[in-house]
Amino acid sequence: MTDIYDIAVIGGGIMGCTTALRLAEGGMRPIVLDQGDLGQGASGVNAGTLSLQIKRVKLMPYALRGHHEWQAMGDAVGFKKTGGYTLAFTEREADLLHERQTLKAEAGAPITFVSNNHIRAAEPNLAQEVLSASYCSEDGHANASLTGQFFRGRLRDQGIQYGERCAVSAIDRGEVFGLATSRGQIRAQRVLMAAGAWLRPVAAMLDVDLPVNARINTVSVTERMPRLISTVIGHATGLLTMKQKADGTVLVGGGWQGRGTPQEGRGQVMAASVQPNLALAQYALPALAEARVLRSWTGFEASVPDFYPLAGALPGVEGAYVLGCVRGGYTIGPYIGKLMGDFILGREPELPLFDPGRDFNED
Amino acid sequence: MADRYDIAVIGAGPAGANAALAGARYGKSTVLLDEQAQPGGQVWRAKDGSILSAPKTPDSEAGDALRVAVSQAQVKHVGDARVWQIERQKTGWDIHVFRDRQVETVSARALILATGAREFVQPIPGWTIPGVIGLAGATALFKQNLSLPGKRTVVAGTGPLVFFVASEIRRLGGEVGAVVTPNTRRDWMAALPAMLSRPDLLLRGARWIADLMLNRIPIHWGSAVTRVEGSTIVEGVRVQRLNRDWSPREGAQRIAADSLCLGNGLIPAIEAPQLAGLSISHHAALGGWVPEQGEDGATSIEGLFLCGDGAGIRGAAAAEIHGRLAGMKAAEFLGANTGMRRETLRPGYTRAARFGTAMTALSIPRPGLAELTTRETIVCRCESLSQAQIAKEIGSGATSTNAVKSGLRAGMGPCGGQYCQAVVARMIAAAQERDEADTPPPTPRPPLRPMPVAAMAGDFEYGDLPIPKPAPL
Repeated sequence: MTDIYDIAVIGGGIMGCTTALRLAEGGMRPIVLDQGDLGQGASGVNAGTLSLQIKRVKLMPYALRGHHEWQAMGDAVGFKKTGGYTLAFTEREADLLHERQTLKAEAGAPITFVSNNHIRAAEPNLAQEVLSASYCSEDGHANASLTGQFFRGRLRDQGIQYGERCAVSAIDRGEVFGLATSRGQIRAQRVLMAAGAWLRPVAAMLDVDLPVNARINTVSVTERMPRLISTVIGHATGLLTMKQKADGTVLVGGGWQGRGTPQEGRGQVMAASVQPNLALAQYALPALAEARVLRSWTGFEASVPDFYPLAGALPGVEGAYVLGCVRGGYTIGPYIGKLMGDFILGREPELPLFDPGRDFNED
Repeated sequence: MADRYDIAVIGAGPAGANAALAGARYGKSTVLLDEQAQPGGQVWRAKDGSILSAPKTPDSEAGDALRVAVSQAQVKHVGDARVWQIERQKTGWDIHVFRDRQVETVSARALILATGAREFVQPIPGWTIPGVIGLAGATALFKQNLSLPGKRTVVAGTGPLVFFVASEIRRLGGEVGAVVTPNTRRDWMAALPAMLSRPDLLLRGARWIADLMLNRIPIHWGSAVTRVEGSTIVEGVRVQRLNRDWSPREGAQRIAADSLCLGNGLIPAIEAPQLAGLSISHHAALGGWVPEQGEDGATSIEGLFLCGDGAGIRGAAAAEIHGRLAGMKAAEFLGANTGMRRETLRPGYTRAARFGTAMTALSIPRPGLAELTTRETIVCRCESLSQAQIAKEIGSGATSTNAVKSGLRAGMGPCGGQYCQAVVARMIAAAQERDEADTPPPTPRPPLRPMPVAAMAGDFEYGDLPIPKPAPL
């Protein structure tokens, strides 16, 4: 590989692939490298929830546009706009729900509060104990399992080169960037680090310390069930997401924590965490009691201390960029990837990016 | 049961039960967890409780002896228990078990995994028709229920199991239409020197074959069943001769039958060792992917031991001794002195393993057998995916088992990929012209078996759910 690429994208998830596609559209010649398969990190193992009700207030404009990106991807990623309910079972949760969803509605999400009669009519299988609920017509879900297949196809269609099972072990900064990979050296004018929970060790290859932490989110899926719910169900605390896919399987998430670190491979599902996660799901949807769980797994969700994205130039290294740590990254990824591409192409992004060189202790 | 033990053993076949007995003999408190009600595993499976008497067989006698030994030893046997997750803790192991409609946790300082094997079946057109069962599945029918797969059965597949199954069908009063095996008489002759390491087992096998020959049951050597005929029931099978690489030759004959037993060797059940944290490597001679392991069942993880076919297919005779070795090794880890005793056992283990690996060598599929799976053949039974659909996904760039699983759901059904993953991995390896050793199975996920949500949730009060702090706004 003596070619010099315009840019090497490290990390073949939603953000890396979307940015590469944007860059190719703008005339650049990128290569996408992933230590595993495309879209098999957080992009491929999250619960696929597309809900504005669980997005951060300041990220709402990005999330709204992210929803439109998913809608445009459509069937190929299993996109379904179903609407979604967020439930509160206690007075405390109802207060929390009201406070949080009001701010999100003010930020532009079409969230309304619904009566108990309304929710019983719309989702008759939900628990009678629902005290209060909000609704968002924009909510829905996509099938995260299809992320890899989708972006592999898109990269191929656009003639963008990619390397799977091609881990980068060192980056050399000379006239161009030289990347030592498991498949030999790759040279590029620029690098974009879009390695999710693995951003910290990747940035360290250029002697930059990014304070990236990883949460270890647990997701479970049941066998096929008769139709139980038709919308995305959430919980006032954000600690439950639940939807039934077209094939009848029910997906349960909510950010319950497993164990492990990105460096040690896949995280471990912990009984002490997956059991209350399923209990909460069963509490909200009693008929779930009869379903069997086929699989539980974890994914690493990257964040920095202020829980806002890293999206911009890597501080102190010309030609190096970083994109990641986006809370709600599955939803926002396809949009912020485009912004990132525009930024690298020297265009003005439609919405502002998030300087990776900022002071993370300020909000 | 919710106590803390010195040793927990998962799997009560010849390996696991003997590991538990060995651990208990050194005074270690030992719990033996198994999916079946009684010890014995697949090979020494106990008769159903409704069968009050039945003619003894070598397997039933060995199983009965084992069951007596376990009942008389200081071993807490817990049957009908499904292990769904294994977690390493600071000082030992938490084993999460589903039993009596509830989940509970068993803790132990040392963990011995004896999870055995499952059968590999190379899919052929019609293999999903009712009346087609695995060779190993057939032995379970015989041993547990004394029942037969049909009235007239064709027995097809590799290694010694075809002859055992055929002779058992005859012993139980069924008709064997034919035995069809890719192995040739020459293959068997080549295995003879290794088989002489256990003349008793060699003699037993020779008797199965002699019985079939004396009774003029046709044995189609160097052949395979390449199609099952029928739509809702089996009406017959098509048999073709094979080349040296086991690809089918031109020309076929039909054999009438209402049932087919089909199997192509065993695959170690490695998911539990993987969930416990062991890495795996590919050893074709041991049946495929096996967990990393050292001598006497030791592993690179402190307090974790392996034995039996789950550590590599070496057969029941080797598993029995491997189990004792691993049980002693675990006792040694807990402070006992077992070195001398293990040394005296090792030569017997080596002999039995030599016999077992020779049988494995006869059983493992050669590359041409993959051609039996035609484009229309269902490969993933849970999701009804054909060979052509999987080939197309591989062709579009899905070049790992994880990628095929994500894109197509091959392996996402209730069986957890047990049927299809070896076939998918071989298809990827062939398409990519790379070694099977570079195409590992998909990432294993708990639960090890499907688990009812109600059991996972347990009895709970809403207010007691440990709901963490909400995410930042």
